[in-house]
Amino acid sequence: MTQYSELIERLLKGETRAAARLMTIAENDIEAAEDIVKSIYKNTGNAYILGITGAPGSGKSTFISTLIRKLVKEGKKIGVICVDPSSPLTGGALLGDRIRMKEHFSIDNLFIRSMANRGQLGGLSRATEDIIKIMDAYGCDIIIVETVGVGQSEVDIFKSAHTVLALVVPGLGDDIQTIKAGIMEITDIFIINKMDLPGADRKVSELIRMLELNMNYSYSDDINNNFAKINQWTPEIVKTNSISGENFDKLLEKINKHKEFLKKTGIISNYHKTRIKSEILKILEYKMTQKIEKLFNTSEQIDKSIQKVINKSTDPYSMAELIIEMMGIEDSF
Amino acid sequence: MSNNRKIKVLVTKPGLDGHDRGAKVVARGLRDAGMEVIYTGLHQTPKDIANTIIQEDPDAVLLSILSGAHNALCPKIMEQLKEHNIDDVLVAVGGIIPEEDKDYLRELGLQGFYGPGTEIKTIVNFVKENIKR
Amino acid sequence: MTESKSLKKEKSKEKETEKTKRTFRNLSDIEIKRLYKPKDIEDLDYEKDLGEPGKFPFTRGPYNTMYRERLWTMRQFAGFGTAAQTNERFKYLIDHGQTGLSVAFHLPTIYGWESSSERALGEVGKEGVAIDTLADMETLFEGIDLSKISTSMTINAPASILLAMYIVVAEKQGVSSEQLRGTIQNDILKEYIAQKSWIFPPEPSMRLIVDTIEYCTEHVPQWYTISISGYHIREAGSTAVQELAFTLADGFAYVEAGMERGLDVDNFAHRLSFFFNSHNNFFEEIAKFRAARRIWSKRMKNEYGAKKPESMRLRFHTQTAGVSLTAQEPENNIVRVAYQGLAAVLGGTQSLHTNSYDEALCLPTEKAVRIALRTQQIMAYESGVADTVDPLAGSYYVESLTDKMEEEANKYFDKIDELGGVIPAIKKNFFQKEIANASYKYQKELERKERIMVGVNKYKPKTKTQPDILKIDDEVAVEQIESLKQVKENRDNEAVESRLSELKKAAQGDDNLMPYILAAVREYASVGEIIGTLKEIFGTYREDSIF
Repeated sequence: MTQYSELIERLLKGETRAAARLMTIAENDIEAAEDIVKSIYKNTGNAYILGITGAPGSGKSTFISTLIRKLVKEGKKIGVICVDPSSPLTGGALLGDRIRMKEHFSIDNLFIRSMANRGQLGGLSRATEDIIKIMDAYGCDIIIVETVGVGQSEVDIFKSAHTVLALVVPGLGDDIQTIKAGIMEITDIFIINKMDLPGADRKVSELIRMLELNMNYSYSDDINNNFAKINQWTPEIVKTNSISGENFDKLLEKINKHKEFLKKTGIISNYHKTRIKSEILKILEYKMTQKIEKLFNTSEQIDKSIQKVINKSTDPYSMAELIIEMMGIEDSF
Repeated sequence: MSNNRKIKVLVTKPGLDGHDRGAKVVARGLRDAGMEVIYTGLHQTPKDIANTIIQEDPDAVLLSILSGAHNALCPKIMEQLKEHNIDDVLVAVGGIIPEEDKDYLRELGLQGFYGPGTEIKTIVNFVKENIKR
Repeated sequence: MTESKSLKKEKSKEKETEKTKRTFRNLSDIEIKRLYKPKDIEDLDYEKDLGEPGKFPFTRGPYNTMYRERLWTMRQFAGFGTAAQTNERFKYLIDHGQTGLSVAFHLPTIYGWESSSERALGEVGKEGVAIDTLADMETLFEGIDLSKISTSMTINAPASILLAMYIVVAEKQGVSSEQLRGTIQNDILKEYIAQKSWIFPPEPSMRLIVDTIEYCTEHVPQWYTISISGYHIREAGSTAVQELAFTLADGFAYVEAGMERGLDVDNFAHRLSFFFNSHNNFFEEIAKFRAARRIWSKRMKNEYGAKKPESMRLRFHTQTAGVSLTAQEPENNIVRVAYQGLAAVLGGTQSLHTNSYDEALCLPTEKAVRIALRTQQIMAYESGVADTVDPLAGSYYVESLTDKMEEEANKYFDKIDELGGVIPAIKKNFFQKEIANASYKYQKELERKERIMVGVNKYKPKTKTQPDILKIDDEVAVEQIESLKQVKENRDNEAVESRLSELKKAAQGDDNLMPYILAAVREYASVGEIIGTLKEIFGTYREDSIF
């Protein structure tokens, strides 16, 4: 039982406001987030998670809007998490993604949540995963996570997605380049959005060339490597027009195909294992950092030792070993 | 400290008027004051606004209305909030609100009124001092 | 005193001034020098760069005699409540010497919603007059002879519908469409850029505009088919240079669209007019107006091959800057408006709307409207500024600033070309970003007191003044909704249905839509119904979030 049990009870009944409030709490307070996730964990695991990325100007919001319309028609309950950058200077953020998604908005089948990345390293994917879990427990069948696709922490987010979609646009120049770093390797379906623009086919061949260069990766148990990136799945390319809705049925087919692929190959269970490992590691990383920082700020012994490093009577490596010793975890395995 | 609290503000334009210069300047100003600002764009119905408040769970809502429709739109918006038992969100209006309408709007639960010529820092301080959570 | 001493003294004086005001930059961020001298305009060639008024490149004015022959049209924008209420205000203005009408429509009409729609809640008759069907339009112009007056209608996405209504009202008065004089704003590009009253996506919107141009060229030859507007771009927070550049770029885009349709540029270009803002920085505004005429004429002649001088001659309406009005000590606005109006006249405007001092508080009251109109009349008849043409020509400062405005505008044209033209630039949010940045910068400058607004960030009043204000009764909505219901009961609904389905079919093809819209309007189809029908084919535009 936690102080949030009343909210959690309401969340599990599918109450939107409770879900929203829990997200706020989880975002603002990491310890509270732990409490919440501990209580709802057994109720998660039912949602299919789509990661969607694309450079500014790729028409992402309109694309997602059209995709939502299709999915809602199928009777699915959709969650959307829109992640935007925080200003590194002020910590503030402008979150404007709802603007293009309001059209078929109904609170019963669509939950949109805007999030600022709050600039912390690694913190973003953690907070996003907490929010994904809350949406999952709330009852969303499909959860769409949307980011602009730059930076390592966003790559991390996509590691928790079942299917990753990346948008490129004809004539937008180097958008393939901008998504290349990190995201390219984990994309399952490439979308050539705004297919009515000239140069759509050229973009397809550009992509194929790029993918061929990248096709030499193979599956490994390395948890930093994405689960699905084994050479059995060849990334699909779909051309879409988000305004007319052209080819969205085809896109849904491809998503299903990927889903089937994950199931058939057993990757999905492997995926869960990999994902959970990765998640635990991330939590550990965070917790250890917290502990070490606390130690640094409070321990007189460490303070003295740092002085020793300055005096060159010891060195940073020996110092680090000393701290591991102090924490008593060196030999515990 | 595990607390990573940020003030979250919804800036929204109910009704049909397209004058979004003020709303955008305010949104940007609040961002520069370290807040997370959700901007919905134009033409939001009272129901749209309520849905956004429910899902985004902001600390404050700033309605920007320059068309003179405030006396019709504000009651509808506040009704929606009441219906969903939302009582811990600060609601204020920006735009052209005649003095004589303010008492009525205050009664409905709107707390701040910011007309043309308001400095951003005034709004920033108002939000900081009056949020309810 | 020796020379060096006096120079020193002058220098120290200069320093002192610099201290009191850190930089001297106008609203377009152009640095203003202490003194302008002959060398600042040494490249100026009178024939080539200025020319006689009424002659290429029209820098000195579109007409030879300007205000000596005919004063500018004093055209106060009006519209509120029901058609009957606005009709009364029109008659009041005509009685007080106004020479042209200017209609403001309420937002539901502007967005194509019926007054009874949920979307119209609280908006009926608020910011303009409520027009749903031809019946309202008949009431609006009741007792006003449309063959005698020129009418400007501030309407964009549904412009073709309101024009159609105007034509039919005239017809019923026995006035043929050939006799009609006036303007529809019909400038959709600036809606995407700044004013936001779009309905359809850019491509079908452009089609509707070219349809009206084509129709008017043949049937309403005295009508100004587009009023290419910088006003709203400026109100959205742009600088004067941006206003100048974006507006002219829009103008070029319309010319190109017309030519693509196969129209001869000399057959329609002279029916395009402009609408600018007149803001606080007096000389900057004058330079802007003069530069606008020069840029337009050069491009029309050199790029589009216009042959007739009328096609190269830019004419414009001006409204003083609404955004410059303050709610603090509203009476001060009378003074602001007078300076802004004067800049427009010295810049050679063809018509002028002077804002009412209470507009930062409410819709203008009758008293405020009268003062605004009197401001123009005093300027026209008492000040002597209308006695000679382009009195500021040759001023080192004004000429050099005019050149600078042109130069800066040209930089923007190059950027827009790089982006592939106006519509691609809109889709890439180029203008929207430029304006949002300029407006945020301006706000910051105000807050740092680098710019002063009297009564707002300096000399703040200790007490609040509360002038009488005009409020629109909520009864208006009830009345309007009821009258719309009446119209719908009394019209031939079958005819309406078939006119609408004919329109829908036409919209799917390439026909000019004006005749179909006219047919639907005649049967009292509402603006909302016609727009709704077109939406089914054209879809609706959605904005991006640009800050």
